[in-house]
Amino acid sequence: MADQAEFSDLAMDYMSTLYSAALRMTRNPSDAEDLVQETYLKAYRAFGGFEAGTNLKAWLYRILTNTYINTYRAKKRRPEIADVEDVEDLFLYRHLSADQPVGLGRSAEDEALERITDTEVKEAIESLPDTFRMAVLLADVEGFSYKEIAEITEVPIGTVMSRIHRGRKALQKALFEYGSARGLVGASGDGK
Amino acid sequence: MGEQKSDDAEHGGQDPMTPGGARVPGFVNCDETIERLYYYLDGELTEERRVEIAFHLDMCGPCVGAFGFEAELRKVIANRCKDHVPDALLDRVAHALQDERVRQGN
Repeated sequence: MADQAEFSDLAMDYMSTLYSAALRMTRNPSDAEDLVQETYLKAYRAFGGFEAGTNLKAWLYRILTNTYINTYRAKKRRPEIADVEDVEDLFLYRHLSADQPVGLGRSAEDEALERITDTEVKEAIESLPDTFRMAVLLADVEGFSYKEIAEITEVPIGTVMSRIHRGRKALQKALFEYGSARGLVGASGDGK
Repeated sequence: MGEQKSDDAEHGGQDPMTPGGARVPGFVNCDETIERLYYYLDGELTEERRVEIAFHLDMCGPCVGAFGFEAELRKVIANRCKDHVPDALLDRVAHALQDERVRQGN
């Protein structure tokens, strides 16, 4: 049982990470701000039911995720493609390291990674269908465990694992495509 | 590791400790290692499985390269996904909570 008076002290620390997640989910700054505000209001009202000492971050993400699904996703006009294509293991690693000599100091693929921009990563994540986007976001950006993600998104852990793994591979392909479009890939040795 | 790169020939699913390809309990080959890559990096393997993978990585350069890349990629993704919170949003949320407090009569 938690005291509402404590809420601001505890929950405001997560504003930055919640806002970033909201931006990736809604793909729109104005919706993201509304979503964050709504999340904080709902969390404040429900804070009496939050068990002190348990995972506040996961609890806030659960409210954020539910609010997004129930409000923002519902109001979308056209249905999204719900699935990702199957991409092979190590897609990005293999494509970036193809035709590179082995063992000559710093590898081309590591250098290519460093040149990936914020915008490319954000756009690649935002290009994923909803369920995969959320799974990858919660796992790789927020660092939640499979079990926590299962609780946050209220789906079985097996489904969570499948979404994370397939979503990651689809993300690699999207990153590779954005990188290729910018001439990033294969441009090693250009002095950066 | 797989079938795509020519230098995978000597790692084509064979166990580095058993050149003949014979299966030894507790040993995993490159394909099995790559299959478990995400579980390993996510810290979601049983201790027994984790040790098997770690043991394979100790002696397999190509798999270490792949694991290192995937771990680095994950850091890049997390680090490139930060956004500046607009001051207006901080104000909005603070005011919304304040209004809610008043509404509840606290």
